[in-house]
Amino acid sequence: MPTAARPRHNRGIAEILLILAALATGAVFLAVPLAVIFIQAFKAGLGVYLSKITEPATLHAIGLTVLTALVVVPVNIGFGIAAAWLVTRYRFPGRKLLMAVIDIPFSVSPIVAGVTYLFLYGAQGLFGPALEAMGLQLMFTIWAIFLVSLFVTSPFVARELIPLMQQQGGEDEEAALSLGASGFQILWHVTLPNIRWALLYGAILCNARVMGEFGAVSVVSGSVRGQTMTLPLQIELLFNDYNALGAFAAASVLALLSLVTLAAKALLEHRRHAG
Amino acid sequence: MSAPSRPARRHLLPGFGLTLGVTLVYIAVIVALPLVAMLFKTASLGWNDFWAIVTSPRSLAAFRITLTTAAMATAFNAVTGLLIAWVLVRYRFPGRRLLDGLVDLPFALPTAVAGLALVTVFARNGWFGQFLEPAGIKVAYAPLGIAVAMAFTSTPFVVRSVQPVLEEMQGEIEEAARSLGATRWQVFARVIWPTILPSFIAGSTLAFARSIGEFGAVVFIAGNLPMETEIVSLLIFIRLDEYDYPAAAALATVLLVAAFVLLFVTNALQLWQLRYADRR
Repeated sequence: MPTAARPRHNRGIAEILLILAALATGAVFLAVPLAVIFIQAFKAGLGVYLSKITEPATLHAIGLTVLTALVVVPVNIGFGIAAAWLVTRYRFPGRKLLMAVIDIPFSVSPIVAGVTYLFLYGAQGLFGPALEAMGLQLMFTIWAIFLVSLFVTSPFVARELIPLMQQQGGEDEEAALSLGASGFQILWHVTLPNIRWALLYGAILCNARVMGEFGAVSVVSGSVRGQTMTLPLQIELLFNDYNALGAFAAASVLALLSLVTLAAKALLEHRRHAG
Repeated sequence: MSAPSRPARRHLLPGFGLTLGVTLVYIAVIVALPLVAMLFKTASLGWNDFWAIVTSPRSLAAFRITLTTAAMATAFNAVTGLLIAWVLVRYRFPGRRLLDGLVDLPFALPTAVAGLALVTVFARNGWFGQFLEPAGIKVAYAPLGIAVAMAFTSTPFVVRSVQPVLEEMQGEIEEAARSLGATRWQVFARVIWPTILPSFIAGSTLAFARSIGEFGAVVFIAGNLPMETEIVSLLIFIRLDEYDYPAAAALATVLLVAAFVLLFVTNALQLWQLRYADRR
């Protein structure tokens, strides 16, 4: 815990000024942009807001975004558990390197992530001609959105689990093993209960990023109206169409999601500290 | 560290083969293969073509704009990040937990939403723009707007890097320094600052790396004029739209290499931080 137990003292001028400066930065730079989304979205009243949200194109974009999350988040949960189990329960040559490689997508910028997939599966790409010969088109379809979202968010769950499982050590699992439990029994009855909050937190972060990803998806989606527009792309489309109310309505859905993400983070951190 | 060395020696637990297989195949297919495909494409250009693309006037302008605005954003985040981390750790005040939670907002808020919000408040008729533009400070559709968008999306890095180090600092060293007659400023300059410096630089490097690659928030506010407010990410996007795939590959490779260099720097700094922590 931080140094909370320091005795109460009279605040100096410097302290008050520093606190005010920090609060002002947070308010001006972070809180106002968040507030402006909701204020603009509801500016013309609840009725207009609802009609904007329920426009077919926006509803379709919401559906596509939810579908992408439903596909991508479970896959990356599976990958995260496997990778975390591997690097925290065994020692093997190249383990440190593997941990660094797992984190690579974090440092690849969104546009670059999209471009890499274009040069793998696109018509100009490595597998492009072969895919074309088979009559398969991946780029500019929902499959490309799934794939690039998998890339961008692959480290999220693993990164939450690895430090925790490292700290917990493998004693619980070994005890279960000596009692005759199988690998999957150990995973289900011992490991998962131990890591559930970190797992949930990682999944929530992963979900937030999948639903909000813009750059990578905009490269590979082809932005076919009514087909491959995810919600963030739809916001840009509406904004460029001078449909400000529609853009803010769509944005308010994602802004609400981010508030839920932050609330979940606060709750889960509280739980983790509580035990 | 309580890293157990006992299960390390033998592969006691089942699942080594399975998790190794799943992890390696997944990384190979989802992460490595696309990166290799792009590098392959760039390599097929040859050095002369590559050089001609990345040194074309429009590319150079995009690099200059991206680097200067990212530097501005990082400088802003270095100062405000240090300030916020310091205040969050050292002081108790109303609104502290709210501020702490707000710091994570840029990671949770989709970049397109951030861009839309920022261009709205900084536009000529926006909440901030209506005061700034008459004063001669043009943010939206100007380089400053790019810097603002970058600064917003990379806000958490410096705060979250410095905060845990400040929290772990024991009060005893400071008290010892004070009892030896050091002034407050001397305590900060001689005791606190050297301790947080590696994490401060690491956080700033992460913020800089993120700013260089930022796209979603920037395209809304930048105005996107070639040679003036066009960042590298956007130029890549435009080249793709023009079916100029070699140019897109070359520029994306430059961004990728820059990201890896910065990642390497951050990791080296973290090792430095650990060594510092061990010495104490």
